[in-house]
Amino acid sequence: MMLKIKRVPTVVSNYQKDGAGDTSRPVGGCGRNCLKACCIPDAKLPLYAFKKVNEKDLALHECGEPPVAFLDSLLLGEWEDRMQRGLFRYDVTACETKVIPGEYGFVAQLNEGRHLKKRPTEFRVDKVLQPFDESKFNFTKVGQEEVLFQFEASDDGQIQFFPNAPVDVDNSPSFVAINVSPIEYGHVLLIPRIFECLPQRIDRESFLLALHMAVEADNPYFRLGYNSLGAFATINHLHFQAYYLALPFPIEKAPTKKIANLNGGVKISELLKYPVRGLVFEGGDTVEDLSNVVSDACICLQNNNIPFNVLISDCGKQVFLLPQCYAEKQALGEVDAELLDTQVNPAVWEISGHMVLKRKKDYDEASEGNAWRLLAEVSLSEERFQEVNDLIFEAIGCGELDDNVQGDKEVDAVSSSAHSTVVVVAGSQECVVLQ
Amino acid sequence: MPMDLCAEIHRSFDDRYTRYARDSLDELPDSFTITDPHIPGHPIVFASPGFLKLTGYDRCEVLGQTAAIFQGPRTSRRSVMEIREAVREERNAQVVLLNYRRDGTPFWMLFSVCPVFSGDGGAVFHFVAVQVPLHKKEGSGVRDFGFGCCRKEVCSDSLSELGRMCSVEQVLERDVIELETEEPCEASDEEKRSAVTAMDRIFSVLTHFSEATGRLVCRKRCSIPDVGLLSTSLIISLGRIKQSFVLTNPHLPDMPIVYVSDAFLKLTGYGRNEVLGRNCRFLGGTDTDTSTLYLIKESIKAEQPCTVRILNYRKDESSFWNFLHISPVRDASGKVAYFVGVQIDDSNKNDDRQCLSPEKGQLSVVGVVKVAVRSLSMTAGSSKS
Repeated sequence: MMLKIKRVPTVVSNYQKDGAGDTSRPVGGCGRNCLKACCIPDAKLPLYAFKKVNEKDLALHECGEPPVAFLDSLLLGEWEDRMQRGLFRYDVTACETKVIPGEYGFVAQLNEGRHLKKRPTEFRVDKVLQPFDESKFNFTKVGQEEVLFQFEASDDGQIQFFPNAPVDVDNSPSFVAINVSPIEYGHVLLIPRIFECLPQRIDRESFLLALHMAVEADNPYFRLGYNSLGAFATINHLHFQAYYLALPFPIEKAPTKKIANLNGGVKISELLKYPVRGLVFEGGDTVEDLSNVVSDACICLQNNNIPFNVLISDCGKQVFLLPQCYAEKQALGEVDAELLDTQVNPAVWEISGHMVLKRKKDYDEASEGNAWRLLAEVSLSEERFQEVNDLIFEAIGCGELDDNVQGDKEVDAVSSSAHSTVVVVAGSQECVVLQ
Repeated sequence: MPMDLCAEIHRSFDDRYTRYARDSLDELPDSFTITDPHIPGHPIVFASPGFLKLTGYDRCEVLGQTAAIFQGPRTSRRSVMEIREAVREERNAQVVLLNYRRDGTPFWMLFSVCPVFSGDGGAVFHFVAVQVPLHKKEGSGVRDFGFGCCRKEVCSDSLSELGRMCSVEQVLERDVIELETEEPCEASDEEKRSAVTAMDRIFSVLTHFSEATGRLVCRKRCSIPDVGLLSTSLIISLGRIKQSFVLTNPHLPDMPIVYVSDAFLKLTGYGRNEVLGRNCRFLGGTDTDTSTLYLIKESIKAEQPCTVRILNYRKDESSFWNFLHISPVRDASGKVAYFVGVQIDDSNKNDDRQCLSPEKGQLSVVGVVKVAVRSLSMTAGSSKS
């Protein structure tokens, strides 16, 4: 049996049309500044190259002023420019929003425009990994004006910025583009190695890039998120989302309990007193240490066909990993009709506590209880969560990553660095070594 | 520290409490700091001798700095978030926190923060932060011992199997640090009481000396905040912006300036108090084009952004071409709460190819202001706009 749900897909680009693979542009020298071979040789886009920090301390800051402030100048300046050029489907700052009174401070937004003008589409939700399909919408079909800048690691150890850099397709550039249906100010998409047309699946290199973007932003209120297929990603072209909301998210306020310390300084905790069960990854001697552990956990979930969401918060110092089963329940008809009526799709932002509501009624009646009820449906059961944790710990503990789709080079890199020792700190003071 | 920041820090304290208050605060035995959210970066403007002794810093190393310099890799991010939230919501908070001395050694303390309110108008002038160092309780060693033993077994296993001596040592080293620093201390009732007592003593000094300046302060907000008063958190957010800009409030009579950046004061030569509360038209003069003024007026009426090149005058009556961008700024209700005006001195527009264009720089100010105003008006309690 194939599990499917019907939902209104989010329009992330003005070049995304109803119907599969529809693109409004003719191919070949089209003159409309697209990202295809006809226009890309003449394209000039800002390029921001971040400095790879190898020091032990994540908090270390380089001396001297960087050429441009990543978030406050570059990202917000380019975003506001697109706003004033009218590229967004609506002005998100005109959408009413509030913090719901209560212990956690869930954030509710009334957004009546986001789901309009689209027909519900069927999505397969029982396969976390699906091959890239050139015939469907993907980010190589967006216009250049929707791309804010190129983002890559600097090759000389310094932050570099070029306001007008050519696009070197052979060098696998990664793009930051606007989401034309933003859920908050500064809502963008990070598309790693865009021209490689990677499907929506985490790999070490791409996750590290996303973590670096959070580090560069250097602001605890600029977070990145990831939805796997089956966990409310609608586009099967590798992308992360990010936006700027200067409030703490409820998930960031929830207490945690430490369950493991890894070699490399990464600490793993379990979320407590939160409707969705999940893991929190923190620390790490380097950005890469943290990134590798989280990536390996995500790869494990992918290979076991478990849908999940990821939130990168606190300037890249903290990552939340949340396996979920809402779409599966929805497809099996196990979700309450009242919850389905709200048409809220519990993806990473909703799970983190930022609820985008489509009906005035739901906004007016928004309460902590309602938010909690929805999110409780998203969570795995305690039993299933423990099973999933066992899979994850096995994967990050012994590093036998059975990721056969990745190239040989990648597998080598994984096996040479992944025999870290896991020390599980159980409440009973038992120590378990997983090898 | 730059001279003007140094002067501003002294003024921040002396204008409220007189310089004699320093001597009285210096006599208190407690460890505490006073910070000013109105100065960009929300820096420390006073540090007590007790605090300097506890942390090992000199006074001049601490003034002008933010509390972040005392935090380190093992400081709980969640605790830092709690403090940040308390500052934002202009309320008290007590948090157990791991801080670091000048020599890098960590120590646990009970951190209490309390806003200092203006006696009239309800604005927040300062924050007082009291640090009570915590002492490890007896008897916790048993658990640590069992724990440590267990870890050693783990390590010897991996040693024999993997032969990775080097990393084993690293594991051990980390464990020792964690035992000391990662398991948070709990503050005893006595320690909590001593934080409250210290706070009482400090406020008694501040209140007493503020009477002398005629600008009375108090520990509780004793009056409803003035209409149009910007919240502390908004002021802190706006203070980070280095460019020249003003915020005006269209809901007040004659749309006065309610916030002005340091760069604006530098560009125009006016002092903050000469600008706040006035309509922006005072920048115009005899040769200012009236049709440009009309264009601005129409854009504001239509709640639309606009960009103009307008002749403006400094305080010394010299003129400059102001490349001005104006944009409406909405609050969390979705309605226009302010207009932001961002100025560039057009004659000084440098064409640095390695930087963002001045036009994009202007738009980025609009972006930062929009996020700050919108986000900070979402919580009913902290919204005053």
